[in-house]
Amino acid sequence: MRRTIKYVLAAALLSGTASAETIKIGVNEPLTGAFAASGTYVVNGAKIAADEINAKGGILGKKIELVIEDNKSNPTEAAAVAEKLITSDKTPVLMGAWGSSLTLAVMPKLTEYETPMLVETSSSGKITTSGNPYIFRISPPSSVEAAAFKNIVDKLNLKKVDFLVINNDWGRGTADDFGRMFKEKGIGVGLVETMDQGAQDMSAQLSKFKSSDSETIIVTTSVDQLTLIFKQAAALGLKKRIITTGGSQNPDQIIAQAGAAANGTMHLTTFLPWLPDKTPNPEATNYFISEWKKRGFDFAGCTESFRGYDGIRTVAAAIEKAGKAEPAAIKAAFWDVKVKGLNGDIVFHKSGPEGKESGQSQPNVYLIEIEDGKVGLKNL
Amino acid sequence: MSEFLQHLVNTLVLGGTYALLGIGLTLIFGIMNVVNFTHGVLYTFGAYVMFIVVHQLGLNFFLALPVAVVAGWILGAVIELTLLRPLRGSDIDTTMLVMIGAWIAMQSGALWIWGGVAKSVATPFPEAPLVLGPVSVSWLRLFVLAAAGLLIVVTYLLINRTRLGCAMRATFQDEDTASLMGVNVDLIYTSTFAIGSSLAAAAGALLGPVYVISPQMGDLAAVKAFAIVILGGLGNITGAVIGGFILALAEELGAGYVSSGYRDAMGFLIIIAVLIFKPTGLFARSERIG
Repeated sequence: MRRTIKYVLAAALLSGTASAETIKIGVNEPLTGAFAASGTYVVNGAKIAADEINAKGGILGKKIELVIEDNKSNPTEAAAVAEKLITSDKTPVLMGAWGSSLTLAVMPKLTEYETPMLVETSSSGKITTSGNPYIFRISPPSSVEAAAFKNIVDKLNLKKVDFLVINNDWGRGTADDFGRMFKEKGIGVGLVETMDQGAQDMSAQLSKFKSSDSETIIVTTSVDQLTLIFKQAAALGLKKRIITTGGSQNPDQIIAQAGAAANGTMHLTTFLPWLPDKTPNPEATNYFISEWKKRGFDFAGCTESFRGYDGIRTVAAAIEKAGKAEPAAIKAAFWDVKVKGLNGDIVFHKSGPEGKESGQSQPNVYLIEIEDGKVGLKNL
Repeated sequence: MSEFLQHLVNTLVLGGTYALLGIGLTLIFGIMNVVNFTHGVLYTFGAYVMFIVVHQLGLNFFLALPVAVVAGWILGAVIELTLLRPLRGSDIDTTMLVMIGAWIAMQSGALWIWGGVAKSVATPFPEAPLVLGPVSVSWLRLFVLAAAGLLIVVTYLLINRTRLGCAMRATFQDEDTASLMGVNVDLIYTSTFAIGSSLAAAAGALLGPVYVISPQMGDLAAVKAFAIVILGGLGNITGAVIGGFILALAEELGAGYVSSGYRDAMGFLIIIAVLIFKPTGLFARSERIG
């Protein structure tokens, strides 16, 4: 123990000199607060990618070093963390910031310091359509999720839906994009209810759904609140079909914590760790899952952590292509990367106003269903 | 109509838990006059004790509750002895700053020990709810309501019907006179803070299994506890109980019939109204000034 402390101290003292020999990547994730579970998983996935790259000799002859900072699930903190990473740690590229509101808060800092950021999780449409050329996103915006869902709604026989969404850019954006798609399909949209990101009791909202004339509820939030919603819906005797969006459901955690209340729920997800051979890149998926298990992490986190893994691999590919660890070169190189991601090829397409386009990759979207405490791909 | 009935049942269940949060704080904030920022952390602490006893020690759920109450009592006594006793007599700002420091340190400690990923506690109650006509309610929440009711009655009797309660009220009305009457003032300070803390821990232990347990769970709970205490009048146990139910009703009906986005705002709108029109709280005792 004492020896470890000595090494840590030595490392801390030497970090000033050591930095010249590593390439730093700033990681801006929520490790505390409402999204702590999800942010921690993403960071653990990112570490697997960094270790894998370093084991193969790093990039441009140097090891990569993740500078991880906690944005506390708070947009103000997220912006402050970005500033600290760029100005004090001198990271030439960032990955972050999990939530849409967090990412949107960071974006002006990217413009100010002309530093690119890979967005691994956020799904608000605004992120890639507001004309920020420093943004490169690998997660699907809610409009892409809605478009993917559009192809299967007929088979689900939806008539009228209600929404329960987290009261931020992510949730409200999802309600807008899905609502528009449902209206195009002639499906009725009833109540749109919101909940605060830290709220623990959603009984009032759920009681409203109980007496509405919709048969399906679309729910958008992260895993901890989903668990509470399923438990509270069961307690209220709410027997409507629940479909969740956003890809931050961690279905195995829901099964473990909500128990029988999770049965019959459906989830739009962007990764299939339960069926690695059905993913676009089985070899990489199997490697990632075995490494995840080897490190003793909870399997439930895979659906979240793969984005950190893919994100860091994409950032590393851009640095390699740039040939130097400088923000402008990395930003330009993002447009040329092609990474075999765990959920399809990562290639950036232009999105947003001309001349200031952001990069957007198009991942796959799957619908899964929880039945008898097990996850199954919903075959339609 | 059935929706309205369900909202009323929800109010009853939620109000019971709010009342429990309120009475612990009203003892410390209202009677001792300590702005207790550690109330939320003690709530979190109670929930984690529950988690440890049920999942890591593998003991019975019902046994875990008294363990959490005792653990909260001990932690409260330690806080009083180490932080508050040396500060007794100093101004309210100093005490408040120290309590904020204790809050941050304890919350970070919880994060360090248990991590940020939420935990859930298994309960022996059936998952299927109790259905009464158009309304349903989970057995666990009914148990919480009953336990909260019991704790509220016990606390009320303790303060108003026992020698200890009498000594507590005397001490915080006039410390010198109480001391001259033979009251051990030091002991009263410690036990009042410890009792308030054990009630916070009890609330956490009861509500942890209802929700999920995380290091930040106490923040919102503490804000609501302060609101309830202000609503009900400082130091008034009956007021805290009624305040808890009023806050729950405002939230339920606000979310149900006005806008769920402003759910948490509803309670605070009431607080603002109370502070404007009856600043001592709805149920404050008349007080002698000077």
